[in-house]
Amino acid sequence: MEKIINITLKVWRQKGPKAKGYFETYQLNEISGDTSFLEMLDILNEQLIHQGKEPIVFDNDCREGICGMCSLYINGHPHGPDDLITTCQLHMRHFNDGDTITVEPWRSAAFPVVRDLMVDRKAFDKIIQAGGYISVNTGGVPDANAIPISKMDADEAMDSASCIGCGACVAACKNGSAMLFVSAKVSQLALLPQGRIEAKARAKAMIAKMDELGFGNCTNTRACELECPKGVSISNIARLNRQFLKAKFSD
Amino acid sequence: MTKLDARIPNGSLAEKWTNYKDHQKLVNPANKRRLDIIVVGTGLAGASAAASLGELGFNVLNFCIQDSPRRAHSIAAQGGINAAKNYQNDGDSVYRLFYDTIKGGDYRAREANVYRLAEVSNNIIDQCVAQGVPFAREYGGLLDNRSFGGAQVSRTFYAKGQTGQQLLLGAYSALSRQIQKGTVKMYTRYEMLDIVIIEGRARGIIARNLITGKIERFSAHAVVIGSGGYGNTYFLSTNAMNSNGSVAMQVYRKGALFANPSFAQIHPTCIPVHGDYQSKLTLMSESLRNDGRIWTPLKKEDAEAIRAGRLKPTQIPEEDRDYYLERRYPAFGNLVPRDVASRAAKERCDAGYGVANTGLAVYLDFSDAINRLGLKTVEDRYGNLFQMYEKITDDNPYETPMMIYPAIHYTMGGIWVDYELMTTIPGCFAIGEANFSDHGANRLGASALMQGLADGYFVLPYTIQNYLADQIRVPRFSVDLPEFVEAENAVTERIARLMSIKGKRTVDSIHRELGTIMWEDVGMGRTKESLTTALTKLKAVKKEFWTNVFIPGSANTLNTELEKALRVADFIEIGQLMALDALDRNESCGGHFREEYQTPEGEALRDDENFSYVACWEYKGEDQEPEFIKEPLDYEFVERQQRNYKS
Repeated sequence: MEKIINITLKVWRQKGPKAKGYFETYQLNEISGDTSFLEMLDILNEQLIHQGKEPIVFDNDCREGICGMCSLYINGHPHGPDDLITTCQLHMRHFNDGDTITVEPWRSAAFPVVRDLMVDRKAFDKIIQAGGYISVNTGGVPDANAIPISKMDADEAMDSASCIGCGACVAACKNGSAMLFVSAKVSQLALLPQGRIEAKARAKAMIAKMDELGFGNCTNTRACELECPKGVSISNIARLNRQFLKAKFSD
Repeated sequence: MTKLDARIPNGSLAEKWTNYKDHQKLVNPANKRRLDIIVVGTGLAGASAAASLGELGFNVLNFCIQDSPRRAHSIAAQGGINAAKNYQNDGDSVYRLFYDTIKGGDYRAREANVYRLAEVSNNIIDQCVAQGVPFAREYGGLLDNRSFGGAQVSRTFYAKGQTGQQLLLGAYSALSRQIQKGTVKMYTRYEMLDIVIIEGRARGIIARNLITGKIERFSAHAVVIGSGGYGNTYFLSTNAMNSNGSVAMQVYRKGALFANPSFAQIHPTCIPVHGDYQSKLTLMSESLRNDGRIWTPLKKEDAEAIRAGRLKPTQIPEEDRDYYLERRYPAFGNLVPRDVASRAAKERCDAGYGVANTGLAVYLDFSDAINRLGLKTVEDRYGNLFQMYEKITDDNPYETPMMIYPAIHYTMGGIWVDYELMTTIPGCFAIGEANFSDHGANRLGASALMQGLADGYFVLPYTIQNYLADQIRVPRFSVDLPEFVEAENAVTERIARLMSIKGKRTVDSIHRELGTIMWEDVGMGRTKESLTTALTKLKAVKKEFWTNVFIPGSANTLNTELEKALRVADFIEIGQLMALDALDRNESCGGHFREEYQTPEGEALRDDENFSYVACWEYKGEDQEPEFIKEPLDYEFVERQQRNYKS
């Protein structure tokens, strides 16, 4: 049987980065369990617009869990109560009739609120720009099969590379650290022979940028790993720390 | 009638691109710094173009509507990317990839463009590996390949079920490197709203800062459009929520031609529609058809029992299952091209054999694959897709067959470009899905990624120089020129008009209405009657939109409803173009299936004698019928045949 529920929503509203935010309460009835969380917000927005009110602003795009655009801190969890999914893949069947659901934006000094539930994550782009790449130009590269790479390394690099840059790790961390994000990129490239050449410089540059942008320190609480929608492992952080120490010693 | 020149270089197929490169004009390094190029979009085409042009030394301005260039919808492509490496020694070659693409496109693409695409495909794989894209590998350390629909060789490179993500992140990292170096300036959360033309050439754009609502002007020596396709005309599609066709319409209104608008691809393996509140459809990678078998019940009463919830698919014995693709197409089986697989599913459902409570679904079954390969192998290959399916539907595909149904996925039509990827507006180029050029009437799986990156990394960085070589003495443009003022005023007026309607309908409700018309009347099976009806209905929708839409808030700030409204206004007109073009093409080919034109076996019936052309449409003013212009397709090198996937 299809589940139909009535819910109360407490949604964070905030006009702009400097404005004072507040919770507003909404009642929403007869929501099907097969509705996705964002579709539920669409339904709410449709109602608000009909009442002549401004809809709730939230980031979203692909709605299939890969673009990393959607965020939302739902009942104290980034991307809500279910594991290994983004908010756009969360379905209302995970909630019960009569529930009160609290919806907030990512809370982090490095991700200022733009409006309501939308935040500014440019800091992530800046960290990548600081060194999250292999310095090759288009053209003039060797044949793709010229360097064999062990399947284990390639698979591990793929696991690290599956990060979608949503920022849930930062939102989940009590220190607002971006270490899981940074370490995933550093690991992906350090695991591959093409990326090893710049590995030390990359780790140093990305960490320096991360510190500069106001992200906190990692104290190994593992909250990031638990909340990561793609299951990126904190073993990446250990690898980053090794890279970083190596870079320091060779200075 | 305007005569179109595709500017195909001379020589045999294999020599054309080499000839072109040997004789084209180049821009020297000192001059490149003085030339500005605007690139709109940061998907595979846009990001790879912006990065490559920045590396060459041009001054690049790159725009995207998302908060980061890494979010463009190329990221969602799952299955893989084709290349003619022949690493598997199974008989592949540049010619064979070219031939499969031409044939898959039902002979409605340009031979020279497609050959070039196949030719540069190998460079793409090399480039991506050098960037650190973690493609799947064999135990020996070499790259792995998989097979894909419409081909008899294994030429598809993949990174789990996230190939698009990994390729886009590769292009994004190259782009980030250029942003750091200062050769590319990135504008995120900006939406292009018009192109600026000065003395007949593309010289800039008008864009809206989506955070402040401010309308801004940007000038350049050339404008490159990489804004993707217009599949969201159907409201429900596999495109991202913000994917739109507005940039295509903006350049169309300023003199670029819209080519083959009716060629839209319907992807056979999507999660079926389940409710009225649904906002998008989710694609399940076509690679699933490698190991999954598609079937419906053989007996109508079984299908009825399943729809009523009285029977489970696992209870249906083998002999009562109709593996209809294997039955109809023994040579290709479950790997027939997308258009063929989609229509076959519709045929079964229309005939009363569909499953799910809606009757609009067929099964994709992995029980054989699990028995043959073991659970572990199936999990390795498709684990993330199975997980995604289960999260959405609450069904476990390891235990019960998946349910799938076709959905709008990709648009082969788009802005007309010549061999140099230049539109009919000098200095305005179109790349990736935004142009029409390489896929004919149907795109093969794993070819969109190939084309996006081919255009951005290996074609445009050459061809744009042939244009810019004449522009080195042209100084930078001031954005205070009257052409900029005029274009900005037109944009501001259009926005003011939308805001002032203050009607009773939400943007989404009108978009849904548009989508229903498009799916019913301009969808998988089209008839003269349905298309005529569609044109009448679309006119009414346009009127309803411009008299009864309601946009809350103000235009001078962040306003997501206004963003959507601007896009839907264009989707309605794209819908009209699609219906008009479909009505005009009295044949069936690829994704365009006119029910009046089919073989006795129900296959698409092409008419090469009368319709072997690219249908181009030229804007003639608001609510005026556009002018039809033909680009004839002469097949010099390939003999056209009825597509046959049976034997």
